[in-house]
Amino acid sequence: MSRDVLEIEGVSKKFGPLTAVDDVSLSIRENEFFALLGPSGCGKTTLLRMLAGFETPTRGRILLDGADVSRTPPNRRPVNLMFQSYALFPHMSVRANISYGLEMEGRPGSEIRSRVDEMLVTTQLGGLADRKPDQLSGGQKQRVALARALIKRPRVLLLDEPLGALDKKLRGDMQIELKRLQHEVGITFIVVTHDQEEALVMADRMAVLKDGRLLQCDTPHTVYEHPADAFVAGFIGVMNFAEGSVSGQGVKARDGSLITGSLPDEIANDAAAIAAVRPERIVLFPADDIANRTSGRVVALAYHGLDLQLHVKTPLADKPFLIRVTADTADRRPLAVGDTVDLGWSAADTRIFRH
Amino acid sequence: MWGRCTAGQRGARKGNKPRQSLHANCRRVVTTNSRPAFLMAPALAWLIGLMVVPCGLVLALAFFQRGIYGGVDYTFTLENFAKVFDPLYAGIFLRSARIAGTATLIAVVIGYAAAYAIASCRRSLQPVLLFFAVLPFWSNYLIRTYAWIVLLNREGLVTQVLRWFGYTGEPPSMLYTEGAVIAGLVYNYLPFVILACYAPLSRLNPELAEASRDLGGSAVTTFRRIILPLTLPGIAAGAVFVFVLSIGNFVTPALLGGGRFQMIGNLVYDQFLTANDWPFGAALAAVLIAIMMLLLLVQGYAADRASTRTAQAREEA
Ligand SMILES: Nc1ncnc2c1ncn2[C@@H]1O[C@H](COP(=O)(O)OP(=O)(O)O)[C@@H](O)[C@H]1O
Ligand SMILES: [Mg+2]
Repeated sequence: MSRDVLEIEGVSKKFGPLTAVDDVSLSIRENEFFALLGPSGCGKTTLLRMLAGFETPTRGRILLDGADVSRTPPNRRPVNLMFQSYALFPHMSVRANISYGLEMEGRPGSEIRSRVDEMLVTTQLGGLADRKPDQLSGGQKQRVALARALIKRPRVLLLDEPLGALDKKLRGDMQIELKRLQHEVGITFIVVTHDQEEALVMADRMAVLKDGRLLQCDTPHTVYEHPADAFVAGFIGVMNFAEGSVSGQGVKARDGSLITGSLPDEIANDAAAIAAVRPERIVLFPADDIANRTSGRVVALAYHGLDLQLHVKTPLADKPFLIRVTADTADRRPLAVGDTVDLGWSAADTRIFRH
Repeated sequence: MWGRCTAGQRGARKGNKPRQSLHANCRRVVTTNSRPAFLMAPALAWLIGLMVVPCGLVLALAFFQRGIYGGVDYTFTLENFAKVFDPLYAGIFLRSARIAGTATLIAVVIGYAAAYAIASCRRSLQPVLLFFAVLPFWSNYLIRTYAWIVLLNREGLVTQVLRWFGYTGEPPSMLYTEGAVIAGLVYNYLPFVILACYAPLSRLNPELAEASRDLGGSAVTTFRRIILPLTLPGIAAGAVFVFVLSIGNFVTPALLGGGRFQMIGNLVYDQFLTANDWPFGAALAAVLIAIMMLLLLVQGYAADRASTRTAQAREEA
């Protein structure tokens, strides 16, 4: 793997009594598309602002290419931030906005012009160079903000909820577009988002934050398949939970049945635990060799085109289990609300967390 | 306010063949105009009775001759206006403009800095600070001006403080100078500038300055290229206000400038009450009013154009 461009070492940030970022350590690799994910208010923006230089860490260090930049002012860091509000200069044209960063570097006019022209093409803003920010749509503003930061060729580009202000359809397109752009310019991206799906789609690696603390940092696949704890499991995608206590090779659920699966290291017998399984891992009418099985009543059906989502009330938990059945399976065995179904999943698909 | 009205009339006149760019603002004003006229009657009566008629009378008076024993001789003449441009009186106009200009410059620098400081404080603190900045404004203009006499006279507070620090020489002569007049004007009109500058400064998105810093701008460059241009309308409004109020002022130069010191306001006062030359006083006043109106119109037009531009821009987007 390539080397680390940015190292965050035990960084904390306090605002008075409130700890916005709590002892976070992360390494960001060269040319990586990194996502910072977490619910609103978990300290994502604060962490990003420390990387950009607008806040100084209360504790810890930030190393850029090995040098401590924790106290370097924002205009001296080879790092750029794309603001959540875009923060385009309203009195300047699109071209002037994009040129601004190069003018600050004291580049000659001819170089600025050619690089801005090039960037206008890259970000598909060709015909809009003379417009003012007021005359742009949300998606166009977003691209100007991106162009303005990218043209500086920063070591790391920080993006705070870059797609947050766009509507759902445009977001999907822009997720792919951002990835394409990142690949094309070869710059390390750190993208903040509260949308887990967005993080899964875009990121090479992602970090999950909660209440200022880092819960897990890994590839989207690992975070999804092997969440570090019950919070991450529930935050990323959909998860069915059953509470119980550790007993032998699994968790004894509240109805007395045993849910088998691999246990966390060094967990004591009888300790409180939560068993979890993804909707797409549950099968209806399981074969005999499936380890975990239960039955329940269908309380709701939701048709999603690609699949059918069943809500099944089981004796394992108060909340109905969500099960995804492919359209194909659903056609072969029609189901209705009120039907009783058998369901099950294999031990390898069970995740068990401490409670 | 001025600008809005003009924009509305422009819109109304072109009503039959509206331009594409006619913005929402105009349309709103046009619809407002079609409301029952009697609702506007009190305001209109006020404006006509206390603004248009007196100004018209002053203007009319300026075209008559002075009577031999004072009073007015109702024969038409342009002599009064010719006299305004006599080097003696034109000189007083120029000096008034210079004093008002200096006072404006100082008031804008201090007022902008004060507004900037207030706008950088915690949100919850800002109304309190603003209240204190504007507080002197609620006391009587004369009292505020007399306070400067207490400060600046030969044995006044300033001299006493100097003495206290061990100064033994002649007391400095500060009162009855151009400097004292400028100080008085700046002090009296500073609250206007603070309020006018505070409005755009407090509305400015702090992320704009941060974006400039992020893109490599120093603090100074960020101020010059981002903050200053975006708050210029407030500065312009405050400046025009101070200048207009200063150039026609006669109380401050009379009290702080001493009798020997004349600004255009004092000259007008003298023509009416001492020299008994009402027509010439009226001509001076008419020219002064014309200068003020022109400045207000230019400022209003510039502000209106700025807001029209953004409104149009939004419509096009
Ligand atoms: N300048 C500040 N002063 C005081 N509290 C702040 C400041 N900035 C952020 N916070 C607080 O820190 C916490 C984290 O905020 P933020 O980093 O903006 O979260 P996120 O971007 O993940 O939604 C929030 O509780 C917020 O209220
Ligand atoms: Mg945020």
